[in-house]
Amino acid sequence: MAELAAVVGIGQTRYKTRRTDVSIAGLLREAVDRALADADVTFDDIDAVIIGKAPDMFEGVVMPESYLADALGAMGKPMLRVHTAGSVGGSTAIVAASHVQSGTFKRVLTVTFEKQSESNAMWALSTPQPFSVHLNAGAGGYFAPIIREYIRRSGAPGDIGIKVAVKDRRHGARNPLAHLQLPDITEQEVRDSMMLWDPLRFLEACPSSDGACAMVIAAEDSITGSKPPAWIRGVAMRSEPTMYAGREEVNPQAGRDCAADVYAQAGITNPRKDLDCAEIYVPFSWYEPMWLENLGFAPEGEGWKLTQEGATSLDAGGDIPWNCSGGVLCSNPIGASGMIRFAEAARQVRGDAGAHQVEGARLAMGHAYGGGAQFFAMWIVGADKG
Amino acid sequence: MREIAVVAYSQSPCVADAGATNEVELIMPQLQAVYSQLGLASAQDVDFVCSGSCDYLQGAAFAFVAGVDALGAVPPIKESHVEMDAAWALYEAILKIRMGHADSALIYGFGKSSPGELPIVLSQRLDPYYLAPLWLDTVSLAALQARLLLEQGLLTEHDMAAVVARSRHNALANPLAQLAGEFSVEELLAEEHFVAPLRRADCSPVSDGAAAMVIATVEQARAWGAPYARITGIDHRIENHNPCLRDLTDSVSTRQAAAAAGVHRGPVDVAEVYAPFSHQEILLSRALELAPETLVNPGGGVLAGNLMMASGLARVGEVFRRIINGEAGRGVAHATSGPCLQHNLVAVLEGA
Amino acid sequence: MSEPQADVTVVKSPVYLKYRFTAGSAPARFLGRLKEGVLTGQRCPRCSNVYIPARGSCPACGVPTEKEVVLSDKGTVQSFTIVSIPIPGNPIEPPYIVANIVPDGANISFIHLLSECVNEEVHIGQRVQALWKPAAEWGYSMDNIRYFRPLDEPDVAVDRIGKLPVTGLES
Ligand SMILES: [Zn+2]
Repeated sequence: MAELAAVVGIGQTRYKTRRTDVSIAGLLREAVDRALADADVTFDDIDAVIIGKAPDMFEGVVMPESYLADALGAMGKPMLRVHTAGSVGGSTAIVAASHVQSGTFKRVLTVTFEKQSESNAMWALSTPQPFSVHLNAGAGGYFAPIIREYIRRSGAPGDIGIKVAVKDRRHGARNPLAHLQLPDITEQEVRDSMMLWDPLRFLEACPSSDGACAMVIAAEDSITGSKPPAWIRGVAMRSEPTMYAGREEVNPQAGRDCAADVYAQAGITNPRKDLDCAEIYVPFSWYEPMWLENLGFAPEGEGWKLTQEGATSLDAGGDIPWNCSGGVLCSNPIGASGMIRFAEAARQVRGDAGAHQVEGARLAMGHAYGGGAQFFAMWIVGADKG
Repeated sequence: MREIAVVAYSQSPCVADAGATNEVELIMPQLQAVYSQLGLASAQDVDFVCSGSCDYLQGAAFAFVAGVDALGAVPPIKESHVEMDAAWALYEAILKIRMGHADSALIYGFGKSSPGELPIVLSQRLDPYYLAPLWLDTVSLAALQARLLLEQGLLTEHDMAAVVARSRHNALANPLAQLAGEFSVEELLAEEHFVAPLRRADCSPVSDGAAAMVIATVEQARAWGAPYARITGIDHRIENHNPCLRDLTDSVSTRQAAAAAGVHRGPVDVAEVYAPFSHQEILLSRALELAPETLVNPGGGVLAGNLMMASGLARVGEVFRRIINGEAGRGVAHATSGPCLQHNLVAVLEGA
Repeated sequence: MSEPQADVTVVKSPVYLKYRFTAGSAPARFLGRLKEGVLTGQRCPRCSNVYIPARGSCPACGVPTEKEVVLSDKGTVQSFTIVSIPIPGNPIEPPYIVANIVPDGANISFIHLLSECVNEEVHIGQRVQALWKPAAEWGYSMDNIRYFRPLDEPDVAVDRIGKLPVTGLES
């Protein structure tokens, strides 16, 4: 019943710790102007604008889309603001796609961003609330115990996280937009980096970045631009509560259900075999093996084996490269991180991923998660309509 | 396009301070109320859930995440959230149903504004480089707008007081209202100015509370066997947030949304207009081109109680109630967001 | 004529907003007992699981939790991390252990500090007990518990973590 829709334009900023050379609006326009140019359209061709970001406290601006409407060419158009925690980049893309897939609009602009340097993200996440112990030492402090439990039950060797950290940084060195540029990083360097939240070391965690990512999504009869469109073959979102008795935190059911839903839409029965590559939200190294299992690329307890044998590495010629762009481990403008995954998946199937292109990629997955690994957003894009 | 209807609605009373009640405790009773209208057990019985709220109201990042604890989201559900009034969550849910990914949806909005100072909190919604550092609060901005209308002879303070008097009177029949009573225009005009030319009564109160709604395809609505009202049009448009860069005496975006939603394709029996300030009700009624016989805000509107982040959804809910009660055949609901009516949504509802 | 100005790259614009924070009715009942040195949970009327600290609903069922249950201050380590960076605004010196602890009688863990232990010997399934501050210092806060420390009891099997009754291992 859903109308066919495709990504026809993609624009990203260069990701960096601090972008003092642009305002928030300026940062967004950098990505938006590139996306419009990529689609060979102007604001006049856009029917609606869908914007997303993580908490407003990251910049200290309440509902910033109010102020940004003008700079995003939204005057006189519908504008929607999405916020679903860390998964927001992905869910914003999905909400934007629904504007077209519902048959309501022909062509929409979607953009997500974070300008963490405007405020203090660590502070924003750790606002001391009365009545609770102030133990919030960043997201790593929350996820490290879950990773420890994964290692216990899977029996994974201790260096798997290190391998992921090196692999994604080597991938990132192929991507000129990536924040961390570490082409010569070694396993020893990662091992020697400071242990922040045992078992997570400094170089196994994502950086904190300023940046924005934009896409133009169009209906089948409104395709523009000289590059091939990336057809949206499936979209899915799932949420579950942060904590409940018996919750499976290592392998969350919301992630498994979301993947099953999106695979069914795209006709995927074996993700490792059917997909050519994937851009998966991995902010801490160990989440690669954990998500390999959660998303059905490997049986439970065996995700780490794919990492170990190089299956997810472009450099090692793996059969299912993950995060060829360098992933969240290289660039993390929180609100945009999910959309970057979705956009990078689209770049792959458009054959437009530059030095990190997977040769002949036809079908790719974009993935984002947020909160206490409880909000999931995924899409599958293809070079073919399906 | 698939025909979609409102099938259930509930709103909490508007109170100045919900006291110790937290977000989950505010939301749950409204969810239970809409479930019971349809015989549902939990959010598991609808295909999609979407909510609207604003972190800064409560002063905590990810305040909306707590809302998920009210849903019974085990096994996991299809769920989304807008950092906007829940009227826009309704819009997102409608797209989801139109594209065939859902036949039904639960929408809720909640706000607990009492912990902070709402007009000051919302001053930080302005351009962070030029306007926000001036701490221009929402009441002062609305006062600028009222001044323009008065100076240009587009309305009088008497007109504004008449809006307030009617709101207070109508609210007497609305058990959920925060402010109600019989006041004459003269009595209201005798009050001193608060932020001139606005008097306190020209400004909506700040209320804590929540509202919830269930929408569905007409087929699903019939299967549930509950009375419903069809959403025959919905559209929303945004303008520049900077009050110096648009005509504050009109609401162009409301006119655009009304035209696109098809407001003028038939008579409007009732209109629920989200006007947080008395002069805005007059301005919006003109922008919506409402006929003199249209009943405007028969429950008192938001001047009688304003649930930030849920009032827009509540306008749609109020029109739904009037239609299924047989008081109206066709109605218009309006929601607004941003300084001086920056962003406006218009929906048209009609009887089954 | 004035000299050409350098680019403005930063404008400092501090934002101060004051909030009167409220915990919620259910958390308030929990905090009230905590001030008396008692850990309580709330039992879900539908699935019977016991939550601590309860927010007023069973997140799994979406129904209000109204019944208080007294819990033990003994518990089991569900998982943990050794943190080597300071907590903003907290005087604890790294490295310190932050653990997910399930108190006996509850079905869910909360996060607290684990101390008086050899960091390298802490493990999943380990038994621990709260060390309370002097009663005179008790307030409406989990800070009433200074930290948890190891207990000389046998480990709990992984599949039983989060399922012990309030009497702990004795049952
Ligand atoms: Zn339960």
